[in-house]
Amino acid sequence: MPFIPHTKHDVQTMLATIGVDKIDDLFDEIPASLRGASLASIPDGLTEMELTRLMRERAKQDSDLLCFIGAGAYEHHIPAAVWDVTSRGEYLTAYTPYQAEASQGTLQLLYEYQTMMSSLMALDVSNASLYDGASALAEAVLMAARSNKNSKNYRILMPRTVHPHYRDVVRAIVGQQGIEIIEVPFDPRTGTTAVASLQKYANDITALVIPQPNFFGVIEDVDALTNWAHEQKAIAIAVVNPMAMALLKAPGQWGKNGADIACGEGQPLGVPLASGGPYYGFLCCKKEFVRQLPGRIVGRTVDADGKQGFVLTLQAREQHIRRAKATSNICTNQGLLVTASTIYMSLMGPQGLRRTALACYQNAHALRDVLTAIPGVEVVFASPMLHEIVLRLPQSVDTVLSELAKFNIQGGYALNHVYPELGNCVLVCATETKTSADFAKYAEKLQQVLSKSKGVHAAFEKKTLVDCEKGV
Amino acid sequence: MSMLIFEQSQQDRCAAAQQPRDVNVTLDIPAHLLRDDQPFLPQVSELQAVRHYTRLSRRNFSIDTQFYPLGSCTMKYNPRGVHRLAFLDGFLQHHPLSLDVHSQGFMSCAYELQEILKTVTGMKGVSLTPMAGAQGEFAGVAMIRAYHQARGDVARTEILVPDAAHGTNPASAVQCGYKVREIPTDADGNVDIDALRAALGPQTAGIMLTNPSTLGVFEEKIQDIAKMVHQAGGLLYYDGANLNAILGKVRPGDMGFDVMHINLHKTFATPHGGGGPGGGPVAVSERLVPFLPTPMVAKVGDAYRWLTEKDCPQTIGRLSTFMGNAGIVLRAYMYARLLGKDGMHRVAEFATLNANYLLARLKAAGFTPAYPKRRASHEFIITLKQEAKELHISALDVAKRLLDYDFHAPTMYFPLLVPECLLIEPTETESKEAVDAFADALIQVLQEAKTDPAILKNAPHNLPVRRLDEVKAARELDLVYKPVVE
Repeated sequence: MPFIPHTKHDVQTMLATIGVDKIDDLFDEIPASLRGASLASIPDGLTEMELTRLMRERAKQDSDLLCFIGAGAYEHHIPAAVWDVTSRGEYLTAYTPYQAEASQGTLQLLYEYQTMMSSLMALDVSNASLYDGASALAEAVLMAARSNKNSKNYRILMPRTVHPHYRDVVRAIVGQQGIEIIEVPFDPRTGTTAVASLQKYANDITALVIPQPNFFGVIEDVDALTNWAHEQKAIAIAVVNPMAMALLKAPGQWGKNGADIACGEGQPLGVPLASGGPYYGFLCCKKEFVRQLPGRIVGRTVDADGKQGFVLTLQAREQHIRRAKATSNICTNQGLLVTASTIYMSLMGPQGLRRTALACYQNAHALRDVLTAIPGVEVVFASPMLHEIVLRLPQSVDTVLSELAKFNIQGGYALNHVYPELGNCVLVCATETKTSADFAKYAEKLQQVLSKSKGVHAAFEKKTLVDCEKGV
Repeated sequence: MSMLIFEQSQQDRCAAAQQPRDVNVTLDIPAHLLRDDQPFLPQVSELQAVRHYTRLSRRNFSIDTQFYPLGSCTMKYNPRGVHRLAFLDGFLQHHPLSLDVHSQGFMSCAYELQEILKTVTGMKGVSLTPMAGAQGEFAGVAMIRAYHQARGDVARTEILVPDAAHGTNPASAVQCGYKVREIPTDADGNVDIDALRAALGPQTAGIMLTNPSTLGVFEEKIQDIAKMVHQAGGLLYYDGANLNAILGKVRPGDMGFDVMHINLHKTFATPHGGGGPGGGPVAVSERLVPFLPTPMVAKVGDAYRWLTEKDCPQTIGRLSTFMGNAGIVLRAYMYARLLGKDGMHRVAEFATLNANYLLARLKAAGFTPAYPKRRASHEFIITLKQEAKELHISALDVAKRLLDYDFHAPTMYFPLLVPECLLIEPTETESKEAVDAFADALIQVLQEAKTDPAILKNAPHNLPVRRLDEVKAARELDLVYKPVVE
């Protein structure tokens, strides 16, 4: 029996000890009318060999793609040691470290992670992680609402330069708690949030969310935005790419007093793309907010002999103690991903992270240059950027991306669906993993697609029109 | 004592082969937006990092190394083949925003898991995106709220929760803007039906129940409860934490539940990872299908495509940046395929056999079950109230002493209403020998409590550290390492 070690003899002995005749008797307290779930539509079991064959075929369907999509998930080189060590059973199959004495490995690692992440954000403290970047932003917003005693209205300013999925998640999670999310438009020339555009909201603001780099890959003037927030007695929430913080000024260093809370997606630090998860969200803050920080937190202490050890601390904030009065309903972190990230940051060190960020910068600019050399392909925002850029194509972005897909090129993320004003625009990314040969291939195929469909394009539009009239 | 990685760090040391080459580039970013200090990250060689984190791992208990009779947590074996196959290149390198045409492999697995979960729960719709049980609860209660609101039934402000429930239940209900009213438990561990009747009314939005309950017993009057709550206009939420107890035997949909979450990291054997990632898909009855969180996978002919907000205008929305913990979904799918329908029928049977056998052995040795008249489900509670009074030891002492015997401790002090309790869940993947060895150890600890209670009070003795000072940790917060400047 798969994963069940019992022999017939074991079963007989155990039933005799219990004092029943058969296993089914153990379910005698369940009303008979409920028993007998039909699983007929579930396939028969597979052996590991059969499963391997099946999964190889499935994986192959999604393989061998040249990826230029970023938009919140980034392909970086992950050293072999990261997941070799992370996949050790002692990390992979351990439970939450509630029994501290039996969990010193995970607990010390989390303490080291908190140290690394809070330093990367230039803030005082970090929790042991949350689900992902978007839900971390939702928790940061809730944290700001609990903390800001100057604001009565629970109004959060949310620039449209924040990842659209993050904005969706924040709405879904905080929507029932009387918090108002006000979306702030971006400057169509620069792709950034201008301080001047915030002025009209300057009345009882709870928090301002500040992305860096923003969803368009553009660098925001975070100093000015942070100072503006603090002038309104609002909390400044940074939502950043952690890799970029090896190069760009970190949240705790923004403006005169630094951002108060920083959060974001930990995936760029050693976590594979893997269809979108599991990733992890990080959340750091100034020390005055620590008691409002949701999620697990590890502290260093001593044992009965005075020897250093680590425990989960400040548990009085959490749902298993506080129940309905907890700071959040969250009762997990993403321990395994944090394990990978901590090992990744140890292997990269400050120099490796900075080099990675610089290589991304260099590659994204090189890609921009080869693509914009194609007639009709244009840069949309006149602003400094890091590893992503918005380009306008001379033709329908959806059609172009589908055509590129035929060459196994993932040409970027189409922006027209979430930003109607950016029709025909694509968000393109190049990390340190790409080479000039990759850029040349992309440019060649893009040119081919554009010139081929120029002729076809007119015919296609005509056909669509006819289809619409027919009601197809 | 284990040194911190920072204490092994030296300026200018690095793992050179793992880092990208240095690039010479002129930045066009304004200087005031650039970082001018160096983040405090370790500077170590590859070997130093590998050795440090390998050595640290050895200071953990884990399923691969120890038996975890951890009630409510379902610490079953996590198959290695599943983990390995999730690391196939096509899955690992796959960008979440890939076009559908480049995602058919992953989407076929997700779609089939949706279908499997519908079948085992007896529900009509499934969304895989919630990233943990607590997020599944949030999604479930948010759907209950959306359902009432869509019908213009806006006076329902209250969610009922039994006092034995997981702490996440009330916390999730509050996060959805509800007031929480607790319902007491009767002497046999069932919901107090009279108290429930008194609490139900036009203000009732729904009830959150675990069945078998956290007390390790099946709620015998579940059909009556469902009828009463539905008659009052409320909906029933099933907390899937204990689904392992009934997998392949009874379906929450057949009991009358409207919405539930499934803990993939429990019932479907995905690794706990030292506290996450988990997976908390939600399953719903017909009337809640329009409100499921997005994205989901649909099958059109032979092809799979994503369902988004555009396809599901009444959805409660998006709960994760992309598609939840996709890699966990993939692992759960593979586990379900390895089990197949017969394997799934056996889960509850052997989990229940192991629990009742262990209970029988402990009863025979003089331990007190919290509900002696009741059958154990996949787990059970023993109370050490008597021992605490007579021998001046606590459930905590017993738990810590078990660590010395190389067993992870059972869940302690939960549910809160049973004094000095241990909640014990052996799972179906443990052999009779392992269960016997645990019973022997627990019996031995009880013996020690009688002859030498100090050995319990000072336990553990054989672990990397002795009992830790949690009060100091909370009072003198030390959450990040600060190097001593010489």
